[in-house]
Amino acid sequence: MSAIPTADCHQPMIELRDVCFSYKDQHVMKDLNFSVKERDFVGIVGSNGAGKTTLLKMLVGLMPPTGGEIRLFGESIRQFRDWERIGYVPQKNALNMLFPATVREVVTSGLFTNKSIFRRLSRDAKAKLDDALQVMRIEDIADKRIGRLSGGQQQRVFLARAMINQPDLLVLDEPTVGIDAETQDGFFELIRHMHQHHNITFLMVSHDIDRLEDYLGKEPRQQNGKIKFFVRHSHDDLDCGETNLQHSIPLVGSVE
Amino acid sequence: MEILFSDFFQRALLGGLLIGLTAPLIGIFLVLRRLSMIGDTLAHVTIAGVALGFLINVYPLVVGLVFAVISSFAIEKLRRAYKGYAELSIAVIMSGGVAVASFLFTLGQGYNTDVTSYLFGSIYTLGRTDLYLVGGVTVVVLAVVVFFYKELFLLTFEEDAAAVSGLPVKLLNMLITVLAALVISTAIKIVGALLVSALLTIPVACSLFLAKSFRMSIVLSVVIAEIAVIVGLIVAGIWNFAPGATIVLLLILMLLLTLVACRGYTV
Repeated sequence: MSAIPTADCHQPMIELRDVCFSYKDQHVMKDLNFSVKERDFVGIVGSNGAGKTTLLKMLVGLMPPTGGEIRLFGESIRQFRDWERIGYVPQKNALNMLFPATVREVVTSGLFTNKSIFRRLSRDAKAKLDDALQVMRIEDIADKRIGRLSGGQQQRVFLARAMINQPDLLVLDEPTVGIDAETQDGFFELIRHMHQHHNITFLMVSHDIDRLEDYLGKEPRQQNGKIKFFVRHSHDDLDCGETNLQHSIPLVGSVE
Repeated sequence: MEILFSDFFQRALLGGLLIGLTAPLIGIFLVLRRLSMIGDTLAHVTIAGVALGFLINVYPLVVGLVFAVISSFAIEKLRRAYKGYAELSIAVIMSGGVAVASFLFTLGQGYNTDVTSYLFGSIYTLGRTDLYLVGGVTVVVLAVVVFFYKELFLLTFEEDAAAVSGLPVKLLNMLITVLAALVISTAIKIVGALLVSALLTIPVACSLFLAKSFRMSIVLSVVIAEIAVIVGLIVAGIWNFAPGATIVLLLILMLLLTLVACRGYTV
């Protein structure tokens, strides 16, 4: 989990080289070159139909690009196997409220990866689960059904699930859709805190340009078609090779 | 009462108990992935296979099973082609199955009574071979659900997250559909093709309101299905009702009771 101690510790986690995506002869994306480096916070903003979700899906391997190359952690996405290094937080509205799963079950499912197939969960799974529940302050609701929680609580559950493997990169797809303004503020505060103090790299798709600009600045680093990329780097002055903070340090002290 | 101790009833009870275990076990993954109707589809396709089996004089249930498995591949293919409209694939294959079945019926007029037993179930005619088949399917279903419980949970809860975790999503989807085909084609002899999806879905429908967790909803669905099968078979045996229909009506009664008990309680 530690940052790789090399000359340039801010290694690219995601590299896009001449990535194209077209759908039925229509170019959604053309020759996109971009990289996400360690400890970046990248906000991807664009109107509906700009291709934000498509881009995100390509980045996490859900969809192949029609041209160009995507590399994750220095490896071509086709060969990439270390999926536990990436935490994924989906859109909240993907959840069916009647789904009979507890918070505990949902958060634990973050541990189910290509490497755990055919295996029982390791002994430290319980510790990891407790840690993730504690960090997101959802221990009290651990045995509640996910559908009975408020939107903000559900978002914390999904964040806890994404964090349980202590990933290096968190990918968030419109995480605040359908959540009231106050809860959104709290959520942004939380992920900012995680970015600044826990050395996690963020990639977030959002339509909420105001909140992103507050943190990432008004000038996009890059624009491709209708998609804008905002980037902020955390702790440029930190030594390379410094390890991640322990996740058991509560993240959310100031956020409630 | 003697009927309860007869050989054919004992075989029916054993077959019913096995199906009462496998049907909700697969049903929960189907219902939660919004594929409730797949049971009906595969059952109708199975009937086409059964009809062919009679026509070419090959063990009908096995031909039905092969038909169901092949059509499950077709459903999966169509499901991907019409992503987000999964029910479309189901409607297409279902009507295809009925068409093939009725076409084959007209080719071989003589066996209509036998085919009826597959439409409405004829659990009392469950033979030793049928039991072996049901037993084999039960072992396979149990093994897969136990071995891949984690992966199936994540796939069912959220397919995209499963894919991002590097799980072989296509393979797992296929696995669920093939298992569904196995369960349904063996279950039609017991509850009948027209009623089989009740055994897959109604126990799950009850547990969605009652269970506090995913694990518990699996256990509850199986318990509810087993109660319906055991009580249904005994009641049908004593009063000479149609067994398949009795089981399904009992399931519906249990669902009604659940809904009344959970009135005003929204999950």
